Amino acid sequence: MSAIDDLFTRLRHQDRKALMPFVTAGDPDLAFTAAVLKELAARGASMCEVGIPYSDPIADGPVIQASYTRALDKHVKLASILETLGEVTPQLATPVVTMVSYAIIYRHGLEKYADALVAQGVAGMIVPDLPIEESPQLAKVCEARDLSLIQLITPTTPNNRALRITETSSGFIYYVSVAGITGERAKLPTELIERVSWLRENTPLPVCIGFGISRPEHVRLLAPVADGLIVGSAIVRRMEAAEKNPQATLQEIGDYVSSLAAELN
Amino acid sequence: MPTTPRADSSCSAHGPDAAGRFGVFGGRYVPETLIYALDQLAEQYEAASQDASFRAEYEELLKNYVGRPSPLYFAKRLTQHCGGAEIWLKREDLNHTGAHKINNTVGQALLTLRMGKKRVIAETGAGQHGVATATACAHFGLECVVFMGEEDIRRQAPNVFSMKLLGAEVRPVTSGSRTLRDAVNEAMREWMSCVESTHYILGSVVGPHPFPMIVRDFQSVIGRETIQQSRAQMGDLPNLVVACVGGGSNAAGMFYPFVELENVSLVGVEAGGRGNQPGDHASPLTYGQPGILHGSFSYVMQDEDGQTCDVHSMSAGLDYPGVGPEHSYWKSTGRVTYTSCTDQDAMNAFDALARFEGILPALESSHAVAEAIKLAKTRNRNERIVVCLSGRGDKDAAEIARLKGQSFG
Repeated sequence: MSAIDDLFTRLRHQDRKALMPFVTAGDPDLAFTAAVLKELAARGASMCEVGIPYSDPIADGPVIQASYTRALDKHVKLASILETLGEVTPQLATPVVTMVSYAIIYRHGLEKYADALVAQGVAGMIVPDLPIEESPQLAKVCEARDLSLIQLITPTTPNNRALRITETSSGFIYYVSVAGITGERAKLPTELIERVSWLRENTPLPVCIGFGISRPEHVRLLAPVADGLIVGSAIVRRMEAAEKNPQATLQEIGDYVSSLAAELN
Repeated sequence: MPTTPRADSSCSAHGPDAAGRFGVFGGRYVPETLIYALDQLAEQYEAASQDASFRAEYEELLKNYVGRPSPLYFAKRLTQHCGGAEIWLKREDLNHTGAHKINNTVGQALLTLRMGKKRVIAETGAGQHGVATATACAHFGLECVVFMGEEDIRRQAPNVFSMKLLGAEVRPVTSGSRTLRDAVNEAMREWMSCVESTHYILGSVVGPHPFPMIVRDFQSVIGRETIQQSRAQMGDLPNLVVACVGGGSNAAGMFYPFVELENVSLVGVEAGGRGNQPGDHASPLTYGQPGILHGSFSYVMQDEDGQTCDVHSMSAGLDYPGVGPEHSYWKSTGRVTYTSCTDQDAMNAFDALARFEGILPALESSHAVAEAIKLAKTRNRNERIVVCLSGRGDKDAAEIARLKGQSFG
């Protein structure tokens, strides 16, 4: 059982849903990353996703890419990110997972990266550019360490393939609500609700919805059908102001997350 | 491939396999959103390559629209100047739109129609692929959007103008290094949001499977013609074949049909830029190591964290930190020798070809010419070197004037 399995067991038992905010590591610096993780945990987050900045993030939209670029322009390194996570995770009641490109994991070494996560108290990873055909090796490495390897299912994934993904995923299923890149949307597709319901009937894994969730009404609409919701771009967009006003930005992100959390359960 | 079904080809042993692997290289490292589109593309391509009418239509386009076969030309005065092996030029610069890129774009535009899609997106570096895509789209009445880095838009203004004249929208890419690599990122992102209606015509033998295979197959007409023409004009195969390698499409198209012909040495030339320090060149096969970029496992220029490095070449078409996975495979098997050539050597080769042969080569192709000149001097007079002259240099005139400190226009 990873920390994520524990989380969802507890939430399901309490008939509650998970709120999973995403922040970029090192934007504008790692001190802010540490502070924002504590703020998120205190304001209603059930789990935090930490994005490892990558130079060529094809799965992310302009808001997150811009944030990655800001972090990389300051030469943030993987070693310091992991060190910061190691300092913060013991102070958090919520599990932390990294969102990371396979380019970075491969270069670092699969086992070395997984060992580092374990050492720093991180519960798992989401690798958005690693489809199931390429993931068996990393899945084995994660399983041996009780790390969750969270995989994605999208509206373009055929049902039989979706079932195969559920079999190789652990922790939870990340359902991508719109076919496309991360970013805030004014509307969410209605077929989403049917698809997520179908998935939940067909896997024991929790199913969480991400991509394009930004407003309290999205949370109200989707919380009943899913096990959890992931909010990324809407938070990262607010991080743009952190360089100039870190305290005010922390407060704003905290207020925003708490407004979503209020709609959740 | 459209002209020789892969099942019948003696080269089929070289892959890729069903997972898109050339040895350990290649594969698909892309978001799940793209898998369906890539599967559909692989399936449609397989069916098309078995379909005689598709192949006939493609060949007809190559002949009457592209202007193939392109000549194999003996560069007599350049050969005399070098005083060694004969230098022959495979004149891809004489194709419609002035480069080899059109071989691929007309093929993929035909595939777009076959898939029932009405809209095409593409990335471009030097602008040659953008122009070739805009051209193929105009020919078939397809909507066309080309992603191009701001830095490349500056360096390749004539091609930007041509694309617009051809009815394409040129979308400037302002992220990252604002070159080809960022244009690929943007095109892939765009594709994820519109895979149902839009085909992505990738311009090189890079990216996730099946792109490296499709682009290689459409470009392999270069190598097949060269084999036939060599036998007819030289009476034998060449001893050496040289091509420049950025992503590696002209080289893959030239080399692939030669892979089984083991007496022919194959040499790929990367952009050596200003020197061998990171950031000064664009030579992943020479100085890089295997890693992931743009959905594929291949040689790449990365830092110790796996971040893609900035690269440099005076030639926009070679200014790319990665390379096609099949080239990595050929490097690993030793079938192809990869080397690099500096900006200065390529510029000297440009001048030599201009003065001795009356041909202005593209700066990309000038890298291959430079290596051929170097090799010719060390080889006997009875040996023959074929250079893939992948494109013409008109597009580079303003950039060359700038580099030489001369005024233009």
